[in-house]
Amino acid sequence: MLQTLSTAWFSLPDYGRATVWILVITVALIISVALLTLVERKVIGWMQLRRGPNRVTIFGLFPGLGQPFADVVKLLMKEVIIPARANKFLFRLAPMITLIPAFAAWAVIPLSPEVVVSKADAGLLYLLSLTSMGVYGVIIAGWATNSKYAFLGAMRSAAQMVAYEIAMGFALVGVLMATRSMNLGTIVLSQSGGIGAWNWFWLFPLFVVYFISGVAETNRAPFDVAEGESEIVAGFHVEYSGMAFALFFLAEYANMILIAALTAVFFFGGWLSPFQGYPVIGDTFLGAPSFLWLGIKISVGLFMFLWFRATFPRYRYDQIMRLGWKALIPVTLVWIGVEMVLSVYKIGPWSH
Amino acid sequence: MLIEVLFYVFGTILVAAALGVIVSRNPVYSALSLVLCFVTSAAIWLLVEAEFLAVVLVLVYVGAVMVLFLFVVMMLDVNLEQLREGFTRFAWLGWLTALAVIVEIVGVVWARGGLGIDASKGGSALPADYSNTLELGRVMYTKYVYPFELAAVLLLVAIVAAIALTMRKRPGHKVQDISKQVAVNARDRVRIVKMESEKRS
Repeated sequence: MLQTLSTAWFSLPDYGRATVWILVITVALIISVALLTLVERKVIGWMQLRRGPNRVTIFGLFPGLGQPFADVVKLLMKEVIIPARANKFLFRLAPMITLIPAFAAWAVIPLSPEVVVSKADAGLLYLLSLTSMGVYGVIIAGWATNSKYAFLGAMRSAAQMVAYEIAMGFALVGVLMATRSMNLGTIVLSQSGGIGAWNWFWLFPLFVVYFISGVAETNRAPFDVAEGESEIVAGFHVEYSGMAFALFFLAEYANMILIAALTAVFFFGGWLSPFQGYPVIGDTFLGAPSFLWLGIKISVGLFMFLWFRATFPRYRYDQIMRLGWKALIPVTLVWIGVEMVLSVYKIGPWSH
Repeated sequence: MLIEVLFYVFGTILVAAALGVIVSRNPVYSALSLVLCFVTSAAIWLLVEAEFLAVVLVLVYVGAVMVLFLFVVMMLDVNLEQLREGFTRFAWLGWLTALAVIVEIVGVVWARGGLGIDASKGGSALPADYSNTLELGRVMYTKYVYPFELAAVLLLVAIVAAIALTMRKRPGHKVQDISKQVAVNARDRVRIVKMESEKRS
């Protein structure tokens, strides 16, 4: 049985295998998003000494586990209301434009040593261009709604995303210098050699800048002024209801998982094991590279997102802009200069 | 075969979107059509295996330039009917520009032998380990390093000029002084007034 399956698998043409992987990754991503919403509510609940969702069960087990699925059913049943004076075509288009880049970016992410849909050489640039396309959904939604609050939210979020993209891009230039490749698989491989050889040590300021920019790019707390409910109701998606709102929601959480995965790939060695090359433990399965390690790293990154949301108060808008332009970008520029010195004297990742 | 079909599909979308830029009545639709133009041109570049150029086109024009452009267009309240009055007066200039561009393209592709590309055959498939990104980088930092650096300096000058133009002293120009904002005390802003409680009458 297993043998026939594996022969069938290897007799598939390349594009056939890629299609299967695309389907598997998409479905897995949607389920991860559903579970992430539950984990978020639970974790923030515990941090604030509450219980979080605990009513909907699956067959009477695991209190709260059924909550995301109940929410999906609820959103599906709701009516999608289109405001009378909204631009109907763009209003319907905006959620899709937000969702597509959030999922398409997964094409170049190496999930395990064997599994990657596309080994594109310009993978890093592809990711940057896709994350920058996500902003269109937000702007178009804000404009098409024909509401002041929505438009204010869209403008805030667009300015913020454009600002933080620059810091993000510069942080990735540093990664590029250390790994000498734009292919994500090569970036992971060049960090091999256990936890000390990963990029986070020599590129620590860039890691911090990248993660902060990632939080700002996804419009998450404490940078969620695009939906600041105390000032502009809910920002660009005020008028969206039912499944149209759910698509924005799905894209936001998919982007969170994406940022966590990218942080793992660029700074924490992707699917590499932290015990690689260690005397005893390195010879067991714990020393082998696998999806297990990437999964753990993504989960830790996602936990940081939730932790930020539970602890930090929201930034003021001008402070967000100042942080992006006057703090994060200079830090990355200085560190790129430091990297130049390191590479001349052949220290750290440049020593081999 | 597949590549040709894809080329014609993307080519049709590109031409339709380019027409949309100039034909549509709503300026926001024009800007969005331009975005579609860039994306489909990037797809066509991908078909000739120029992946680096394609991705950079999307990154720079779609991801940065057009976002700001769209931003401005959405905030302006353009009255297109007013703009369209006397629009045809400059038609001859438009035709002249179009003609010049066509002559240039024909001059490069056909008259000068097309940079060694045989236009009647289409591109040949490149070897599997060919990396467009690597080749471009190699040429850009060796053979064309001086033009490349010159372009960078030119862009830097443009950035400095743009900032200088917006930051100049002008009446009504407000700037935050961050250190003043941070150094402010509650005592300077709020005065607490003592008041004796009044007797109930």
